[in-house]
Order: sequence, then structure tokens, then C-alpha cells
Amino acid sequence: MSNSTKLVPTPGQTVGPFYGYALPYDKDRELLAPGSAGSIRLQGTVYDGAGHTIPDAILEIWQPDAEGNVVHKTGSLVRDGYTFTGFGRSAVGNTGVYTFTTVNPGPTEHGAAAFISVAVFARGLMNRLFTRVYLPENEEALAKDPLLSSLDPERRKTLIARRDADGGLTWDIRLQGEGETVFLDFEGTGTRGAAK
Amino acid sequence: MPEDVNLATYNADALTEDLSDAVPATPAAPTAVPAEAPRVETQQDLTAEIKAIGDAYARALKDGAAPETQPRLDFAPYRSSLLRHPTKNLHHADPETIELYSPAFGHQDVHALESDLTIQHNGEPQGERIIVAGRVLDGDGRPVAGQLVEIWQANSSGRYIHKRDQHPAPLDPNFTGVGRCITGPDGSYRFTTIKPGAYPWKNHVNAWRPAHIHFSLFGQEFTQRIVTQMYFPGDQLFPLDPIYQSIVDQDARDRLVATYDHDLTQPEWALGYRWDIVLTGSKRTWTENEALGAEGDDHE
Repeated sequence: MSNSTKLVPTPGQTVGPFYGYALPYDKDRELLAPGSAGSIRLQGTVYDGAGHTIPDAILEIWQPDAEGNVVHKTGSLVRDGYTFTGFGRSAVGNTGVYTFTTVNPGPTEHGAAAFISVAVFARGLMNRLFTRVYLPENEEALAKDPLLSSLDPERRKTLIARRDADGGLTWDIRLQGEGETVFLDFEGTGTRGAAK
Repeated sequence: MPEDVNLATYNADALTEDLSDAVPATPAAPTAVPAEAPRVETQQDLTAEIKAIGDAYARALKDGAAPETQPRLDFAPYRSSLLRHPTKNLHHADPETIELYSPAFGHQDVHALESDLTIQHNGEPQGERIIVAGRVLDGDGRPVAGQLVEIWQANSSGRYIHKRDQHPAPLDPNFTGVGRCITGPDGSYRFTTIKPGAYPWKNHVNAWRPAHIHFSLFGQEFTQRIVTQMYFPGDQLFPLDPIYQSIVDQDARDRLVATYDHDLTQPEWALGYRWDIVLTGSKRTWTENEALGAEGDDHE
């Protein structure tokens, strides 16, 4: 396949305030039925640069199944109740909290650190942000992870979830300031993060 | 779909542009004069800020800087962005396995009728009927086949069907303003809808958004995920709008503006607008089947 012709990507724009009647859908945050075997809760709070919770953000997750397989099955929008598609979407509530029901992702390669890919959208956020949330357990794999090992320890922490007593995961997102979440640039060019 | 829109769900998100949470541009000085009314920001103030940023960008270009292609995350004229942009540079990462694939959507997920926003109720919506069509391509020019496109928009009078939209313009009982479709084998999408109106917001006094349709797109890799807005050609509000102007490069801005296409216009029925969308380039080595567009169930 020749790919000599490079096209310039279309710019993103903020999701705005009025996605609430368009993007959410029935069972959008339930990759598995809550309470079903192997299901866990992934939850957290989205904060702005003043430490206030953001009530109008919406998150998407995309992850492998528990065995580390990348799933290629349709049915994320109209869930049939038993097919794991790997995709979920959760608008935060009034208190800035999002919730997913999912499975612990498996490592996609032997010895790799397991993580969930995340896209963050919000009113006031000009373009979507990508990040990752890693499972906290396999420290050896985390230590070898190319992304995590390229970060200083304080920043690295922002990408690793906390394991709750009930087996769930808690992971907060800070768009700005103290403890600012590491957001990713897959292009190597183009997107200006900080800006000044 | 629209008749059973779940009000509890779509009204669950609280704040909107109408309840401005923007911090003041300049913190209140510790002055002896109490209870001074906050200074009201006008369009002139905002236009001057936007112009200063644009001028600085033009100088940088002249000095050899690479053209910008995306909005600035830190764009102060959009007040709500002040506390919502990362202050650290985005961290370069090579996408790994899961990120090199995308969720799969298909005709199980989206009914064919969801691409016509004018037939979702018992009557015809008010306004100018339009067709919006185009192709979704990746950065290498390959069609993005069998993928999900979602849109949402205000009605013809500039009102969103959202509890928190307090713009005193009429709701249209025959228009919800939400559509979806799955791209064809050639990456094509097509919606029938109503031309949205401009609407006022509270970023500053007399702030109006140019008419736009929100688009949400998936590529064949999660790194290509994008949410954006499509605008209509010749809108007089472009120079005044901090959201459109957050893209400082004119060529890049132009990529969000549809083209009127008389060949797409249907006699006695609807005006046609064409808008192609380009996602970022692929980072995966494609199999031959994928390169031929065999992925997904778009052939159902």
C-alpha cells in the first residue's frame, strides 16, 4: 500500500456543554453487567486546575479483555448483555465522578504492563486528551514499561490506578496543576500542550 | 431513538456555557474599595485578545515556525479553558497494541434511519433542510470504512434540546438534533438534517457561536479518535468566536468549514454541503485485507 500522500488532519474542537443528549447511551459504561463474574468497577473524579471537580466531562475507555486479547466485536452501542467489546463511555455526574464496569485488562504481550487506553473530553477542553490507566499490581512489568519508565516518579504515579478493597480500581484525572495527569501525544508533532 | 431520549441521562450533566465557571481574567486586586462590580468583558476585549494571539502566530510563521494544525489547548479567550488545559507538554508515546486498534462498530449498533435527523418525530422539523455528506479518510488517504460517526446540533433557531440551554429560542418538537451512521466501504457518510442556527453563550457579553454541527469520529486506531465541529461557509461570526479561533492557523480553520455543493443539493428538497474529515495517519502495519477495506461489517 503506497502511503506517500500525507493528508493534514482535520482539527479537533471542544465537545462543548451539550453532548449530554447525544453521546451517552444505554449501558454505555457497562462493558460487563455490574455484578457479573470477573467484573470490576473503575471509577474516579475529574478535576480542574483549581482542584474543583468538573461536572461536564466525558470519558471513553478502550481495553483488551482479561486475557490480553484485543477484541474486534461490534455491539458497543447496543450491548447484547454478554459480548465484551472493550469499549465504554461514561459522562461524569454532577460531582465529577465517572464509573465503568469492566474487567482487569490482561497484558497484550507476555510480561507487558496491563493498561486501559483513555480519551478525555470536556467543555472548556479544546481537544480530546489521550492517557492510560495502568493496573497497580505487576511492579516488574510496570518498571519495564516504555512509557512509565520515561516519566519521573511524581508524574508516573498519575497513570497508575489504586486497587480498592473490593477489587475495584480508583483513578482520578487532573487536567491541570498539582498532580496533573500525564496526557499523551502519539503524533510527535502538532499538538501544543502547554502553550506559553 | 429520539422519542425515547432519556431525560435523566441527558440532563445529568450539570453546567453549561450558560453557567459560566470561568475564572476572571485578572484576579480581584486586594483593594480598599469593596464590592466593585466585576468588569464586564465585551466582544471588543475578546477580539483584541484573539487578534494579539493571531498576530504573534503570524510573526512566528514568518520566522519559520511550523504551521499549527490543531486548536491550542491553552487559549485564554475561551474562558472555560483557563483551568482545563494541561500546563505540561503532552508526553510523546509510541502507541502500543490496544491503541493501534479501534473499537468496532457496525449495523448492530446503528440503525440506517439514524442518519436522517428530520424523520425522528411525527412531523417535519422547522428550518432549512440540508444534506451533509463527505468521506472519512486517514492521514495516508485511506478511507475509514465501517466506522462510527455521531453528530449533534442545535435546531434551526439555535436551541439545543438540553435542559440547561436557556437560550430563549423555541424548541422544535420535531427535532432532537442527534444522528449516527456507519461509514461505507469508501469512508463515506451522509446525514439529512436541518441547518442549525447560531446561538448565544456567556463567554463574554454578546458572545455568539457560529452555526455548527458537532462531529464525533473513530478511525481504525484509537489514536485517531476525534471530536470536532463542522461550520458553514461564509459565517460572519468566525472572527469573533474564541472556539473557532482557538485554531490559530487559517488553513487549519478552513478544514472545519463545509463547502456548498450543488451536485449534492436535491431538487425541491434539500441543500447539500460537503465536508471531508481527515484523521491522523496510521501507525500500524496493515494486513492486506485491512488495506482493501475488509475490516468491519460494513458489507452487511
